[in-house]
Amino acid sequence: MHLEDLQRITEEHHAAEAGLKHVLYVCSGTACQSSRSDEVVKALQAELKARGLEATCEVRQGGCQGLCARGPMAALDQGKVVYQHLTPEDAPTVVETLDSQPPDHLQLPSTMPFFTRQVRIATQIAGLLDPNELNSYIAAGGYQALLDALSNKTSNEVLQEIVRSNLRGRGGAGYPTGLKWSTVAKAPQTPKYVVVNGDEGDPGAFMDRSLMEDYPFRVLEGMTLAAYAVGASYGYIYVRAEYPLAVKRLQSAIKQAQKQNLLGSNIAGTTFSFNVEIRLGAGAFVCGEETALIASIEGGRGTPRPRPPYPAESGLWGKPTLINNVETMANIVPIIQNGGEWFAEIGTEKSKGTKVFALSGRINNTGLIEVPMGITLREIIFEIGGGIPDGKRFKAVQTGGPSGGCIPEQYLDMPVDYESLASIGSIMGSGGMIVMDETSCMVDVAKYFMEFSMAESCGKCVPCRVGTAQMYDLLCKISEGRATLDDLVLLESLCDMVKHTSLCGLGQAAPNPVVSTLRYFRDEYLAHITEKRCAAGVCQIKHEPLEVHS
Amino acid sequence: MLSAKPIPAPSEDKRWRIVNATMRRHGYNASGLIETLHTVQEAFGFLDVAGLRYVARSLRVPFSQIYGVATFYNLFKMKPAGEHTCIVCLGTACYIKGAPAILSSLENTLEIKPDETTADKKVSLVVARCVGACGLAPVVVLDEETLGKLPPEAIVEKVAAWRTPVSEEK
Repeated sequence: MHLEDLQRITEEHHAAEAGLKHVLYVCSGTACQSSRSDEVVKALQAELKARGLEATCEVRQGGCQGLCARGPMAALDQGKVVYQHLTPEDAPTVVETLDSQPPDHLQLPSTMPFFTRQVRIATQIAGLLDPNELNSYIAAGGYQALLDALSNKTSNEVLQEIVRSNLRGRGGAGYPTGLKWSTVAKAPQTPKYVVVNGDEGDPGAFMDRSLMEDYPFRVLEGMTLAAYAVGASYGYIYVRAEYPLAVKRLQSAIKQAQKQNLLGSNIAGTTFSFNVEIRLGAGAFVCGEETALIASIEGGRGTPRPRPPYPAESGLWGKPTLINNVETMANIVPIIQNGGEWFAEIGTEKSKGTKVFALSGRINNTGLIEVPMGITLREIIFEIGGGIPDGKRFKAVQTGGPSGGCIPEQYLDMPVDYESLASIGSIMGSGGMIVMDETSCMVDVAKYFMEFSMAESCGKCVPCRVGTAQMYDLLCKISEGRATLDDLVLLESLCDMVKHTSLCGLGQAAPNPVVSTLRYFRDEYLAHITEKRCAAGVCQIKHEPLEVHS
Repeated sequence: MLSAKPIPAPSEDKRWRIVNATMRRHGYNASGLIETLHTVQEAFGFLDVAGLRYVARSLRVPFSQIYGVATFYNLFKMKPAGEHTCIVCLGTACYIKGAPAILSSLENTLEIKPDETTADKKVSLVVARCVGACGLAPVVVLDEETLGKLPPEAIVEKVAAWRTPVSEEK
């Protein structure tokens, strides 16, 4: 396949599209599928056929529209009308009103802040694409960046573009992507590997799932560009086995790309060859850590090892390995297309570009959003997210999963970027944002995350294996009203010890939920300890048996 | 390194051919271990010791190492699952939206703990860390069907229906 072929496919696709009066994309992501979007597609197609409209109107499977709470969603004619809560029974109404206005209860106003406040780069195509079709990706501008780079740019030029963009790793730690790429590119050993980390283990995060499901080709194209820039010849996509749809879509994408010579030997007739394989995780959170992920790809237990040497120098089978998160890879294509400077103009001084967040918990508009760095938490939660349901009061927002912290109301006007979030004891993390209201008890939340870290600790280093278990016991004691103030002191010292002595990120960050809730909600801990009271009514306080006086 | 030769399968079961195919695809290389275990579990429903020994010999990996891998990852099961599986998501979003209540009412009805199977081998109860459908919290997955925003009673009713013999009297 060459640039001219892309041009031809695009033209053919547009010509075919021009003959259609309406195109309706129904979301086929995991969340909408579980609210029966498949049946909606079938009902709509049957309805079109019954009315003899199938030649001029088409209903297709599309990607995520973002607002999972209102699913199944659909978008008509490039988002002119956005539908919500579709059911198969609505099909006649939808088809009838294709040329006019659909009834209000089926429609979402496009002026909603949820749509207007977003800036889409990684999710640029906004779900208006059939994720199963290579040609529709090409028609949307796909593979232009790769084929152009392969024939007109040196690998160093591609790399410099990423350096200029100041893109930082979207997996959570925020390491400059350009720097990582340069280290791998400079490493003398061969072969080199590119690994995409799709082991999205944080509970409450589903950005990577959605990106892999909706834009599998884009992840592949970004990965291939990365391989070209650093000189790698083989790649792995490590996906959680809990994401069967993402695995299926990626597999089909790899097959189609190989068929068209967009992957494999001598891609597009150049000397560059690159192959990709999918590796399934098996339900271990620690495998999101890069050295543990490497151990898992090599077929062993996913236990981390001390760094340095970093994987960029000695990774898979001791060879230089570039490991990037799925979202980072999804940002590569737009950067190469529009230039690094363009990307660097968006965002704050140190955090460039946009970030995809998964909004969930006690919030009206649960779903997936992409916003520029530097936006405030208040804007995300109250404007885009539509605030807290049932007239409840906001209490905290949890970012960064089990490695992050809870952010209280006083910091809602803080800009969202790597440094600001770290300064208030949380982390950017991979992008899960869980909103909590007054019905959540912060001691219980801390206990929940500690249970998670304890269960997911791989057991290799003592501070993490034993420390998390001890901290969990103490949190249980507190939540059950059996603790003393001495226990609180012990908990704090354990937090400090585990943080500073654990081997990998899991252990080092495991105390974060406790530390941040202790920092901002200490009175709740004290209420559990001294008054034996849980204000939110979540914890089961075990009262000591009353003394019986005769 | 010596290249490993295929060794005879533990039984005549045709499903071993699928397992062999996976191992062959990875060139009988130890790095294909996790993929192979996935295939064994897909084909047989769980990993048994005889199967693990066979994989160990085929890939020339010590049995102890294979056992270590199989027990390290949560997804690999060493016991056969029930006819139906009920997965309760305990991700953060589900947790704060009432997943613990769903889990405890299922535990009470089925009289089993997570990762156990009912005595009649009908239902296995499993908890998941996060199934990534947080927009629908609280989420349960009943035999690959993801259900969201349901109260505990509705879920218990659906799961209990698996255990009653099919008879549609009303």
